[in-house]
Amino acid sequence: MTTNYIGQPISRVDGRAKVTGQAKYAGEYNVPNLAYGVVVSSAIAKGRIAEIDASAALGLKGVLQVFTHKNAPPTAKSDQSYWDEVAVPGSPFRPFKDDKLLFSGQPIALVVAESFELARYAASLVQVEYEPEAHATDLNQQRDKAYKPKPREGVAPPPPPRGNPDKAFANSAVQIDAEYSVPAEHHNPMEPFATTVIWEADGRLTVYDKTQGTPNSHQYVCNVFGLSPDDVHLLSPYVGGGFGSGLRPKYQLFLAVMAARGLKRSVRVTLTRQQMFTIGHRPRTLQRVALGAAKDGKLEALIHEALAETSQFEEYSEPVVQWSGELYKCENVKLDHALANLDINTPVDMRAPGATWGLYALESAMDELAYKLNMDPLELRLKNYAEKDFSNNKPFSSKELKECFRQGAERFGWSKRTPEPRSMRDGGKLVGWGLATGIWETTQLPAGAKAVLTAEGKLTVGSATADIGTGTYTIMTQIAAESLGLPIEDVTFTLGDSTLPRAPVEGGSFTAASVGSAVKQVCDKIREKLVTVAKAMPKSPLANAKSEEIAFADGRMMLTSGPSRYVSIKEVMRHGGLSSIAETADSTPDFEKQSKYSIHPHSAIFAEVKVDEDLGTIDVLRVVSAIAGGRILNPKTARSQIMGGIVWGIGMALEEESVIDQKFGRFMNHNLAEYHVPVNADVQNIDVIFVEEHDSIVNPLGIKGLGEIGIVGTGAAIGNAIFHATGVRVRDLPITLDKVFAGAAAARPVKLAPAA
Amino acid sequence: MAAGAIMRVEQNTQANTQTVSLPSSTKITLTINGVRRELQVEPWTTLLDLLRLNLDLTGTKKGCDHGQCGACTVLVDGKRINSCMTLAIMKDGSEVMTIEGLAQNGALHPLQQAFIEHDAFQCGYCTPGQICSAIGLMREGHATTADEIRESMSGNICRCGAYPNILAAIQQAMAHRRNVDRVAGERSVNPIANERSVNP
Ligand code: FES
Ligand code: FES
Repeated sequence: MTTNYIGQPISRVDGRAKVTGQAKYAGEYNVPNLAYGVVVSSAIAKGRIAEIDASAALGLKGVLQVFTHKNAPPTAKSDQSYWDEVAVPGSPFRPFKDDKLLFSGQPIALVVAESFELARYAASLVQVEYEPEAHATDLNQQRDKAYKPKPREGVAPPPPPRGNPDKAFANSAVQIDAEYSVPAEHHNPMEPFATTVIWEADGRLTVYDKTQGTPNSHQYVCNVFGLSPDDVHLLSPYVGGGFGSGLRPKYQLFLAVMAARGLKRSVRVTLTRQQMFTIGHRPRTLQRVALGAAKDGKLEALIHEALAETSQFEEYSEPVVQWSGELYKCENVKLDHALANLDINTPVDMRAPGATWGLYALESAMDELAYKLNMDPLELRLKNYAEKDFSNNKPFSSKELKECFRQGAERFGWSKRTPEPRSMRDGGKLVGWGLATGIWETTQLPAGAKAVLTAEGKLTVGSATADIGTGTYTIMTQIAAESLGLPIEDVTFTLGDSTLPRAPVEGGSFTAASVGSAVKQVCDKIREKLVTVAKAMPKSPLANAKSEEIAFADGRMMLTSGPSRYVSIKEVMRHGGLSSIAETADSTPDFEKQSKYSIHPHSAIFAEVKVDEDLGTIDVLRVVSAIAGGRILNPKTARSQIMGGIVWGIGMALEEESVIDQKFGRFMNHNLAEYHVPVNADVQNIDVIFVEEHDSIVNPLGIKGLGEIGIVGTGAAIGNAIFHATGVRVRDLPITLDKVFAGAAAARPVKLAPAA
Repeated sequence: MAAGAIMRVEQNTQANTQTVSLPSSTKITLTINGVRRELQVEPWTTLLDLLRLNLDLTGTKKGCDHGQCGACTVLVDGKRINSCMTLAIMKDGSEVMTIEGLAQNGALHPLQQAFIEHDAFQCGYCTPGQICSAIGLMREGHATTADEIRESMSGNICRCGAYPNILAAIQQAMAHRRNVDRVAGERSVNPIANERSVNP
């Protein structure tokens, strides 16, 4: 059958739009009479605005208005109105609320003008007098102010300790006790945040916003500006990358809507790349991992503690340490996660929030332990393999991690590794092989979808979800086409539109499972209608068939037992006198069934690096990542998602770091020349293996989600490979050449040339 | 900084020059995707803003506006450049090709097709720049090995991390071109003809 699309490597249905430049992003709607807003950002981290003088800017012909806290039109008063779906405990940031400055780069004025260049120039003329106060932006200095955060919705706090971890650790034959430091990182999607607000003739707003959830942004605008849902139509058909940065509404949305309403005309606000460093980040986090083991490698104690930064106004917490209680079999476990408030913007979820940092520390420590035990790191993991989730004593709904290790090791050639550090070479260069494990969570959330089948057999399905590069358009089209047995060209999936049935923000790797279930469900409803009509047709081959005995394929309905007798869907529509069938569906996860299990995707990552000791360069030659992620809907887009995660792992291990100049309390490398992300030359061979994994618990489609599992553990695998190559353990990301040099110099002071 | 002190930040030293006399706009001619256009442009308008804002050719992207990401790559007189780092008036009389001009009569260029087949993008925001850059790279003719292509494509950031697929797509398009050139060579037709069809 040709309409079996699920599991096929279908090319992206939005591919043509993207390679021809026809895909339009939020900041690209050039409507008549559009005004342009440019943001002025605070130059200090803490204090107040004493004075803003916009007269020079306002004196320029074509400058329409300069909005500040002094003249901003009133918006909702209560904090609740500013809460969004992904809000964290605290008081959300409200642009232009008052003269108080909470972080460097805070928006303090919006200059709106007839042209972009004029607005940009006028913004440079705005004079600001600040009354600064001493700021605190260094996490290390605030260790003594650490506290336990209020629980955040959707993020379970670390479970209470089990066993007697401190005592077990003290009594262990072999111990590792190390601190790992990871820096702040910024998402830096290629598309800057932008919002175009179109002022319609009747005063309604059409808003194109860069967001990972149109319902979330839509609700935010309605709540904040006191508008009824019908007054605002919010769209986001294409999103130039998100990685979590677009989960919560960004300040340009507020500013663009405020200006459009204030000026009663269409306004666009686009952030600069520099301003992309003021909208939240992955928080700098300090971690301690202590592992105690018996001589045979059995884990006897596991302690994992994390301290992360948050802002002064919200408590952002992410699951850093939880995974350590789930991944290994260990009787004595203590997990702790604390926060310290700094004068920075609130951190924001970034690809596999928490797990990215936590697994880096845990899996580095496991590697250290393996060397101390003189044991193969893979063997150590198998020795402590958890057959159930020890943190809650639940069985795993499925867990093919052993198979990931087996297939990954085989593909990589792990058995050819010589265990001693510095023992493998390629010419004059050191070669290192390292591995690590990854784990993430699988969640399914309620989601809605609607569908219309026309008499011509064309199907349109829609849901207010997003496609941030994840392939949502494509996989939902596949699910819909297969469910109704239609050729894929006859199926259109729409998303990113607040008028479509509600779906959660696109994040947490839960879109495929949540929206996919809704799409399946709405198509099943159409199926039922077609079946009823088809059975009543004269001489219908399906007359006596039960629903489950009828198959849909190639635009036809037939008996599963005898596909040679069929009716075409078009005939059925004609017979029923139907011009179309329209259905909606709300899918709700089977929470009760799911709650009995621990549900996770897993991965095993193997990395090879080459280190030039004379130049200090580190090349990641290859990464093999074996993924147990449930059912794979589309191996082509799935591989891309994992590959993207691996590229992020390379960036995290070797390059990415947002550096705060403590004197100014500001991220100083706020551009793409100084904030390094991997480029093409940094990425060589990437091999993704999808291990077969069947899971009937997660959701009827068996999907676990792939957006995040690709990055988790990859940084540790690379760090472990660098240790294997050089004998230098860097516990402070990113692992740059100066740190490897310093470690190497300590180990072998003679061979290194002095720094010039 | 002492608390309580007033700090004045001058964002622009000309701030007090309220009556700046702005230079006047200039007329230039550009051939964009084969269409000759006379344009009145301000001296400070970049080629990128001209394309995106004035001409509604939004296929060319702005990722940084500082020459650091490659999202704005277009071909000017056949060479790939960062259009954010180029003032439009500097290119008077030039031929500009953007992503919108690559497909001919609805038929995708082999490189565009290869990008789709190899899934050489996810969000698609870097994609027009990657494609234009790769066309430029193929014309330059310096990069042939995988490592050379990677190096020569490293001015185009893809945050989605599609790099291995971008490489595979470029290699496929290069192979395609060698085939076309070989066939053309056998028929004694000028091999340049194929390239010309890319950028009229
Ligand atoms: S926008 Fe021109 S290089 Fe980034
Ligand atoms: S496809 Fe998203 S940045 Fe390249």
